[in-house]
Amino acid sequence: MIRFDGVGHAFGPRIVLEGINLTLSEHRIGVVGANGSGKSTLARMINGLVEPSTGTVTFDGLDVSRHGRVVRRQVGFIFTDPDTQIVMPTVREDIAFTLRREKLPAPVAARRITDIIDRFGLGEHADHPAHLLSGGQKQLLALASVMVAEPAVLIADEPTTLLDARNAAMIGRLLSTLEQQVIVVTHQLELVESFDRVLVIDNGRVVADDLPRPALEHYRALLA
Amino acid sequence: MIGLYFPGTSLIHRMRPGWKLAVLALTVGFAFTLHRPWQVGAALLGLIALFAVARIPWRIGLAQLRPLLWVVPFIVIFQLIFATWEVALTSTGILLFNVGLASLLTLTTTVTDILNVCQALLRPFHRFGLDPDRVGLMLALTIRCIPLVAGIVTDVTQARKARGVTGIRGSTLALAAPAVIRALRTADALGEALRARGVDD
Repeated sequence: MIRFDGVGHAFGPRIVLEGINLTLSEHRIGVVGANGSGKSTLARMINGLVEPSTGTVTFDGLDVSRHGRVVRRQVGFIFTDPDTQIVMPTVREDIAFTLRREKLPAPVAARRITDIIDRFGLGEHADHPAHLLSGGQKQLLALASVMVAEPAVLIADEPTTLLDARNAAMIGRLLSTLEQQVIVVTHQLELVESFDRVLVIDNGRVVADDLPRPALEHYRALLA
Repeated sequence: MIGLYFPGTSLIHRMRPGWKLAVLALTVGFAFTLHRPWQVGAALLGLIALFAVARIPWRIGLAQLRPLLWVVPFIVIFQLIFATWEVALTSTGILLFNVGLASLLTLTTTVTDILNVCQALLRPFHRFGLDPDRVGLMLALTIRCIPLVAGIVTDVTQARKARGVTGIRGSTLALAAPAVIRALRTADALGEALRARGVDD
């Protein structure tokens, strides 16, 4: 369970988030908001990529600021641009890179890598150069590289923004089938329409926290 | 190294990466002891046989030598002027042999395997404060950054073209500044992604 208690964050004099009190326990949670509203900062706080200026963020009772290392093993994160997440030259090697920290026996690691490659339909590209994949395939690889570590939670920060409609739909379908708790920050509202809960962030505050339909209506009204 | 690996199950693919590196080092050293054109010719034939054993398509094999096309004519002309045709032939042949052999290593060995060997070789220096894992990561990132930076420069060049600036018109600064800024932003994002993946924890 993820908890925000009186969380605020400021970059210098600019307040990005303030007065955030949340308990996130639903299976699929969407976070929507305009550019600069603070939604990406909120997502990054969950695994300690950004530390709160005030208040605390906890994951399963652990203060993320103090136990970031432990939390990051449980909370996977995928970013908007998969190019900046891919480290190794080929698909298989990049997925294997995630498991280096796990120090698993080689046969166990190899089986997990093969399983995730098959599950994400990357089999025919397994030994291909990662930088030559299409945008959709790169995002699939980024997702596979995170999921191979079997995190308890996956956070996706605008994972479909750089993708065409077909690839965006494919990534959306994949995210909705994951067993893990999934928190998706997005501008593509259809991506979170079937979620369990949607948060609307505006000017650093949670202005709506509801089921998708009323929350997205509130957001559309804000945009109007 | 940037995705040069050609997947396969040949004898050379299956050979231990450490052995491959050791054989490469010894053979490259041995190549410099060749002084007769027929000796170099035999070595090149041996190299072709190794490519055949590794089942590397000849187009891919020849593509590895393409960067040498700029260098070889200079070497040949220089040797013909200041030495003999035999020296020109042997020195060019040795260069082609060594580059071909190194290419065979990268075509049949994944970067991960090469990094693992480098890390194992650096392990004894751990006691002097050198972190082999960190060096391995640094090498991996260096290799990764080549296509990333190339992509950034291509994007910036195309953006310049789209705005009507072509060729060498416009200052170098106008190309370098956005490219460097984007490269720094990419480096920041890459660092954040590495942290998210638990690297350096």
